Amino acid sequence: MAETLEKEVIKKPAEALLSKRRKKFVVDPLNDDNPITIQVLGICSALAVTTQLKPTLVMALSVTFVMIFSSLFTSILRNLIPTRVRIIVQLAIIASLVSLVNEVLHAYAFDVYKQLSVFVGLIITNCIVMGRLEAFAMGNKPYDSILDAFGSAMGYSWIIIAVAFFRELLGSGKLFGFAIFESIGWSTFPTNGLMVSPVGAFIILGLIIWVQRAKTGYVEQH
Amino acid sequence: MELINLGVKAIFIENMVFAYFLGMCSYLAVSKKVSTAFGLGLAVIFVLIITVPVNWLLDEYVLKEGAIAKWMPAAVGDFTEVNLSFLQFIMFIATIAAMVQLVEMVIEKFSPALYGSLGIFLPLIAVNCAILGSSLFMAQRDYTLAEATVFGFGSGIGWFLAIIAIAAIREKMKYSNVPDGLKGLGITMLLTGLMGIAFMSFMGISL
Repeated sequence: MAETLEKEVIKKPAEALLSKRRKKFVVDPLNDDNPITIQVLGICSALAVTTQLKPTLVMALSVTFVMIFSSLFTSILRNLIPTRVRIIVQLAIIASLVSLVNEVLHAYAFDVYKQLSVFVGLIITNCIVMGRLEAFAMGNKPYDSILDAFGSAMGYSWIIIAVAFFRELLGSGKLFGFAIFESIGWSTFPTNGLMVSPVGAFIILGLIIWVQRAKTGYVEQH
Repeated sequence: MELINLGVKAIFIENMVFAYFLGMCSYLAVSKKVSTAFGLGLAVIFVLIITVPVNWLLDEYVLKEGAIAKWMPAAVGDFTEVNLSFLQFIMFIATIAAMVQLVEMVIEKFSPALYGSLGIFLPLIAVNCAILGSSLFMAQRDYTLAEATVFGFGSGIGWFLAIIAIAAIREKMKYSNVPDGLKGLGITMLLTGLMGIAFMSFMGISL
């Protein structure tokens, strides 16, 4: 009995669940170190699914799910994975999780599943997921990795939701399929077809990047 | 003739970058110089030509419902109801990763010069969405083997054209006075948007 007491005294106090250091993992990727606008990762899916808010939201949730669990599993396995084959192991973990998401969407949200088509599968090659596994989960403890993945996923989510908001609003005058301009009596609102096309996505994301970088003061050296 | 149409469609009308946003990560990261963009573009074409048909074979003879029954002798067992399509993602990405590794080794062995210029890009390609995307589109659209090969080749060429074009523009952009916040990624997105408008002019063509 005395022994265990002694051990407890020597043991360092556990770090708070949301200490300052850990808060940084979650808050940093939201703005200062945003995966899309600063690190230039995961652009593909950010643009492809954002014509409407609904599929975008599903996409954001799926990516968050895949990121959190792949980080958790990679972090648990990090000492067992040989460095030479780590990419394949990581891909296998991600691909299994994505298959899971795909099957769930297929079963419970078939219309969204149809809309997203191949882009659910392309979460596998979403560079944010791989990037965080390589840069963080391979060298850190599970709980920290989960927080880090969650932060990056949120940074990704808010950008794609912002892009989708503008594209759906200006492109089809709707939000979540609800005709917003008609309901306020402005049924002649001129919708811009360009916003629904891929071109609109590039331009909106370019402008969001401009505004966001102007605020944080980040300048890329060319 | 249909095959040529499919190829032209994959290159211009359904361009991987401008219509589906695939392979954007490496498209943005490796497009600062034309010479490196050229190397990566070639590597992507190369890998696409190999992986799309291989994945087609895998899909047709292993993954689809009843696929195994096509070649498995009936004596072994009844495989007509086996449907492995839920394994599609894992199998495709495994093929791609393995193929990339194989291509890397073959090039290293037979053409050290080409390896010197492509070598660093090859591992990057395993996680290029254009590669996995082509395989998934191929599976979704029920192509035949010949169509799948042409589609892989066409998507590769389309991606190659896009990255060369943006790299050439970015080289010239060095001399322009771009606002601070737009430098790098921002202006590249806007440029890609403008190039997308140019590529939209192909959309009216029905093949």
